[in-house]
Amino acid sequence: MTFQTSVFYAFSAILILAALGVITSRNPVHAALLLVLAFFTSAAIWMQLQAEFLAIALVLVYVGAVMVLFLFVVMMLDINLARLREGFLNYLPLGALVALLLVAEMIIILGGRYAGFADMPAPPPLPAGYSNTKELGRLVYTEYVYPFEIAAVILLVAIVAAIALTLRRRKQSKYIDPARQINVRREDRVRIVSMPSEKRD
Amino acid sequence: MEFLENIFGPTWPAVWTLVKIVAIVVPLLLAVAYLTLAERKVIGWIQVRIGPNRVTFFGIPWLGGWAQPIADGLKLLVKEIIVPTGANKFLFVVAPIMAIMPALAAWAVVPFNAEMVLADIDAGLLYIMAITSMSVYGIIIAGWASNSKYAFLGSLRSAAQMVSYELAMGFALVCVLMAAQSLNLGEVVRMQQGGWGFLNWFWVPLFPIFLVYFVSGVAETNRSPFDVAEGESEIVAGFHVEYSGMAFAVFFLAEYANMILISTLASIMFLGGWLSPLPFLPDGFFWLALKVSFLLFCFVWFRATFPRYRYDQIMRLGWKVFLPLTILWIVVLGAWMQTPLWVWWK
Repeated sequence: MTFQTSVFYAFSAILILAALGVITSRNPVHAALLLVLAFFTSAAIWMQLQAEFLAIALVLVYVGAVMVLFLFVVMMLDINLARLREGFLNYLPLGALVALLLVAEMIIILGGRYAGFADMPAPPPLPAGYSNTKELGRLVYTEYVYPFEIAAVILLVAIVAAIALTLRRRKQSKYIDPARQINVRREDRVRIVSMPSEKRD
Repeated sequence: MEFLENIFGPTWPAVWTLVKIVAIVVPLLLAVAYLTLAERKVIGWIQVRIGPNRVTFFGIPWLGGWAQPIADGLKLLVKEIIVPTGANKFLFVVAPIMAIMPALAAWAVVPFNAEMVLADIDAGLLYIMAITSMSVYGIIIAGWASNSKYAFLGSLRSAAQMVSYELAMGFALVCVLMAAQSLNLGEVVRMQQGGWGFLNWFWVPLFPIFLVYFVSGVAETNRSPFDVAEGESEIVAGFHVEYSGMAFAVFFLAEYANMILISTLASIMFLGGWLSPLPFLPDGFFWLALKVSFLLFCFVWFRATFPRYRYDQIMRLGWKVFLPLTILWIVVLGAWMQTPLWVWWK
């Protein structure tokens, strides 16, 4: 076994254990943190496939931003295990169906003999100066510029729609304009009264 | 060197990399220790005090104060770590480790001079962004695992603040990579080389971005005036209120290591890294150290000068001022680079 394959198996083992932990752990915060570990490990596996841009983008977007917001919400939940397990049987048929489909798909992919993987040999090793990131950037902004822009606009529409659906203006919102705040002068707020001292009796 | 290679055989590359990592981390931790002393001294002088001047090595009087960081470290090392009742013990211990990991791992791609860099990878800037975006985990896990209201409030504040300022920082980095035409930090510095010395550096065309990056860096490290995550006047000490002994010390180390990292990155991307400010002077690590020291002084200076921001105004600054400004500057920069007025091409 070469060094590369042993590294691959080590990462795969961590990935599978973390993913199992996500669905078996009873505490939602633990599950979210294990999902972070799973993302990070799969990024490491992508790195082995020489897809460094995708690997780093996975860490940047999912680990660095999405999961932080996830944790943010999950941490504030009142963790009630009995209620979390409620309705398990109701969801079981649907869940089983999805699991079955996933397993079937995996069998098709992993049974490479039938998918004709033998006709697709591993790509030749890339030269030392090859930059995956630069190549991806060049393709995305030249050949695939229209699909890329359309995808970006669809995402933008989704963002606008999500904000428009959830935005509720509070009538009595106590918003203060910072420009007005820093323009306040002392004379508007404080009045100094000159008066002689009095004796209390 | 060949002798050592023969001893270790095929494991030699791994051993050699480990040696290099130690050669980076040990001076870094020493710098952190003495940064705490420098901070206390500088704030002391700003407030017309003397600062620490008692603890000394071997009783030598003129070294007064120089042993202070060592004494502080020893004190924290022997103190008991108290785990609060109802705390999640595993995560309580893991949180400080999660906080310091990114602060150390990011140094892998930082170039110290024209040759010295641990990993000269093409996606260096992206790697830095990905690794530093993970530093928020230490803080939120610490707040949640402590089972304490104040710690939790501090961690929520800090999570929201760090995610907000990361956006501005990310867009600032986009400007840098547009100007440098590369994601490799070494290339970023080499693009700033030229006959004009310090006028060739990227702080000239990217001046607003330099300010945005540095101020966002202050906010990312939860330093004053953005230190609402600690906010000792309202939530005691924020996310690390339940930590004591070495667990607290690791958070402290992480904060200062992050300060040094942000200063180093700002020096590399905007202040020409190891390049000398005047063309006839030789380049070298010395200049990088000087620039980093100046930016670190600014961190301390801010802390001694500004009162703490109100939380809603922190959010306003990040989302409504910095983010539009960086996006605007990307457009300006893109247009500028199409004209002959852009003189930073190589």
